[in-house]
Amino acid sequence: MCDTCGCNVTPGNRDLAEGRQATQVLGNLLQVNDSQAMHNRTHFNQHGVFSVNLMSSPGAGKTALLEATAELVKSGLRIGVIEGDLETENDADRIRACGVPVVQICTGTACHLDAHMVHDALHELELAKLDVLFVENVGNLVCPASFDLGQHRNVALLSTPEGDDKPAKYPVMFRSADMVLLTKRDLAPYMPEFDTARAVNFVRQLGNAAPILEVSAKSGDGLDGWVDWLKRGVAELRSNLSFPTTAAGG
Amino acid sequence: MHELAICQALIDQVTTVARDNNASRVSGITLEVGPLSGVVPDLLSNAFSIAAAGSVADGASLTIELSPVRVWCKACQAESDAKINRLVCAQCGDWRTELRSGDEMLLRSVVLEDAESDLPARQSEEEGNV
Repeated sequence: MCDTCGCNVTPGNRDLAEGRQATQVLGNLLQVNDSQAMHNRTHFNQHGVFSVNLMSSPGAGKTALLEATAELVKSGLRIGVIEGDLETENDADRIRACGVPVVQICTGTACHLDAHMVHDALHELELAKLDVLFVENVGNLVCPASFDLGQHRNVALLSTPEGDDKPAKYPVMFRSADMVLLTKRDLAPYMPEFDTARAVNFVRQLGNAAPILEVSAKSGDGLDGWVDWLKRGVAELRSNLSFPTTAAGG
Repeated sequence: MHELAICQALIDQVTTVARDNNASRVSGITLEVGPLSGVVPDLLSNAFSIAAAGSVADGASLTIELSPVRVWCKACQAESDAKINRLVCAQCGDWRTELRSGDEMLLRSVVLEDAESDLPARQSEEEGNV
């Protein structure tokens, strides 16, 4: 009877009576990306490939670092690269010239790589023939930090000309880093205003205990420590099935 | 800049929830976003109307709840508020902290219209955290 006059509709059940329903979801907004990232990570784990997401501003020296790394590990590690850029194959051409397998992703206008783009690129690489896969993200200190690609480690580059306070200006990015490389240190004599201790302190203030290395891809200084870190990563991944992944955001 | 991509993922997720509950429309969406998620709430709101156009959530109201930045100190065990680029302990000043809140990017709840009322409002497992 009360369906007629409406007196059975109380404040407590009004929503249901009107066909309105509040539904709890509690899902990560990027859960589709995150599931794809988990899938990518499973691929990497199955093949024992240590995967590294390289992130920095445009021009901080990601490609130069990879060129120098390729030269150093020629006889030690088999590396592959996925290159992300808005346009051009220029970076892929540079890496290819080092004899390293590379897949270029052109994102068009997209400011970051996501797990699906990386997955598509993986189909063009023979993971069984690799020890380390680098994903060179789009040069951008903001957006790439929000998207898990399935990597084991995030590496953030901070080049000397950018200034030592970048970690304080872009905390989301530098908080997510498992390794911070201070690059272009060959320019240090010309840029005394870059204070390494200050840069390290800004990273620590993000609660981040990541190792921080000073390197120069041009002179080769400091790259031994970087290569050692990569080799340790491969060894740890292959000896530990429950290999812990990225410190934050991963 | 990446807020549009995030909103498109949000619309996909909301569309699935509406379909699972046989709802005709979504009239409200509540998110929880922390400053360390890398997402800007205002940009998210702007991108939302674009991403929602023509979808089941077209015209839905978007509520964004901001979560505070809170850290827990490994040295003195205190929990305190922190700034986005200074995640140090407010009690003892140590930097060895763990983030307790502030990097969330969550879809909390949706309001469904014309949902089948015999279905209980559910805490759906498959939509939950991966």
